[in-house]
Amino acid sequence: MSDASSKLMDQLHTQVGVKHAALGITLLIYPLVASDFFTFQIGGYSLILGTIALSLMMLVGYGGIVSLAQLSVAGLAGYLVAILGENTSGVHGFGWPWWVVVPTAIAAATFFSGIIGAVAARTDGIYTIMITLAISVVFFYFTRQNYEIFNGFTGFSGIKPPVIFGVDLIAPVPFYYLCLAVAASCYFAVLYGKRSTFGLAFQGVRDNARRMEALGFSPFLHRVFAHVLAGVVAGMAGVLLVWFGGRISPGTVGINVTIDILVIAVVGGIIHPIGPFVGALVFVLLETFAIDFIVPERFNTLIGLVFLTIIFFSPNGLVGIWDRICESITPNKKGEGV
Amino acid sequence: MFGTFMLQHADKTVRRPHYAVRGGLGPVLELRGVSKAFGSLVALAEIDLKIMPGERCAILGANGAGKTTLFNAISGDFPISSGEVRLLGQDVTSLPTHDRVRRGLRRTYQISQLFGGLSVRENMYLACRGILGRRFSVLHPKASDVALKASEDLLHAVKLYDQGDALVATLSHGQQRQLEIGLALAHNPNLILFDEPAAGLSPAERGDLIAILQSLPKQIAFVLIEHDMDVALRVADRVIMMHNGEIFKEGLPEDIEKDAAVQELYLGTHHG
Repeated sequence: MSDASSKLMDQLHTQVGVKHAALGITLLIYPLVASDFFTFQIGGYSLILGTIALSLMMLVGYGGIVSLAQLSVAGLAGYLVAILGENTSGVHGFGWPWWVVVPTAIAAATFFSGIIGAVAARTDGIYTIMITLAISVVFFYFTRQNYEIFNGFTGFSGIKPPVIFGVDLIAPVPFYYLCLAVAASCYFAVLYGKRSTFGLAFQGVRDNARRMEALGFSPFLHRVFAHVLAGVVAGMAGVLLVWFGGRISPGTVGINVTIDILVIAVVGGIIHPIGPFVGALVFVLLETFAIDFIVPERFNTLIGLVFLTIIFFSPNGLVGIWDRICESITPNKKGEGV
Repeated sequence: MFGTFMLQHADKTVRRPHYAVRGGLGPVLELRGVSKAFGSLVALAEIDLKIMPGERCAILGANGAGKTTLFNAISGDFPISSGEVRLLGQDVTSLPTHDRVRRGLRRTYQISQLFGGLSVRENMYLACRGILGRRFSVLHPKASDVALKASEDLLHAVKLYDQGDALVATLSHGQQRQLEIGLALAHNPNLILFDEPAAGLSPAERGDLIAILQSLPKQIAFVLIEHDMDVALRVADRVIMMHNGEIFKEGLPEDIEKDAAVQELYLGTHHG
């Protein structure tokens, strides 16, 4: 080993840490040992839902803003992929190339999120929840009733991820790695952002908006900008979501799914960006396998009970439980994984 | 120690906003007929006030006299009902608080308004960053960052350097008051409003506070609300007595101290 490479390893060690390295390696080799079903339906889907929930975690954890409109933001990106790209529903499907469609969809989602931020940023607490919930409900009903743009109740189907450099992203393993790359980028960006100037200022707004004003900051603009950043994350996840399912309809952006995203973020824990991914994994596993134990109609009861149990014992979700375990024993092994 | 913290490097390396050097010999703050009513309650009635550059002024008055309301009107925490607020000769009546702050105004609060989830160093960094711009940077500040350097100097100045990495929530009351004042000293202000800075401090801490106030660079003007006459009269050039939302009397500290009407009003309501 040369000096330079050992220095690089040192830097990686301090920057990334042992836990991240172990988790990263696990996630990288996971599709090599897991079946296609586990790679795609469990791994890929958890990463996508986790990324949407991450966009909520950024706002709640760092800014104290509970936004229930993150799924709508992701949904808009998904709809645009169907409308601007190709679908088999016979409506729209402009057939634009993916490298135009994807940036456009994410940009539109980001803009949408910024608008939501501008509307919601002057409110606090329960009022922010009410406004964003209202936006989410409006978006759901709008997509269901509007046939000109969103093709109403039917939505769009037959949407396929592109083939890039000869790699067909519809195949489980490449798709998993795509989701992993997007999720990891967003995760590290959010982790890094906590100590950035904007991240600190955003936490300052959370702790005391009035004092931030008196220090020369505009809390309003900081909240709006946070929504913009969260919109980028949610938009990327929205593109993956429509590629994952191959279809998008009002049900994709329904209120029950909105609540699922909230549950995922809270169950996982909103104090650390890993939380949403842990929450998403638990949620997807329950959603997939609970049917073996209970009748499907009771799924929401089960989710609700698990949710209550976790929050009852740890307000900071599964990450909070993990932290407590780490404190009581030596933290030398990673145990959470998505 | 307190005498040396004037952030000398900041003057050399930082380009000050154009409006900060304006103003010349005119008043740093001017209030013209400022009134504030909450429903039928008149909290401020036609206040006229001028603060000259470097002037140190104490406001006395019983609870409910309108002292903090006056501060809120100056800083823009709420809109005033009528009148005009001018900073460095410019009308700022319709400007939000953060714009006034960027024009050289600072304030502290009677109850400490800090960022409990952040460290002492991060609190101070935000205070310096807010004035110096680049508030939306999504990158970590570099070690050579001007705002970061200024915040380190300020931590020394308010004797909190050793607590830099502690969470604000873990500080003692006295230390929180020190930080509260430190946040208002960021980057050479023109005028600072201190709202009862000595509230809840021990006699020794009051001594430290007086030392901080006396050691402020001469060009910085400040207005101080203080119930502790000892603190107020030792740092002020001029004393303003407020009563029922009006300026009741103003003059030199020694004259005000002796004034019979003031004594009756102030001490009467306080100890009566």
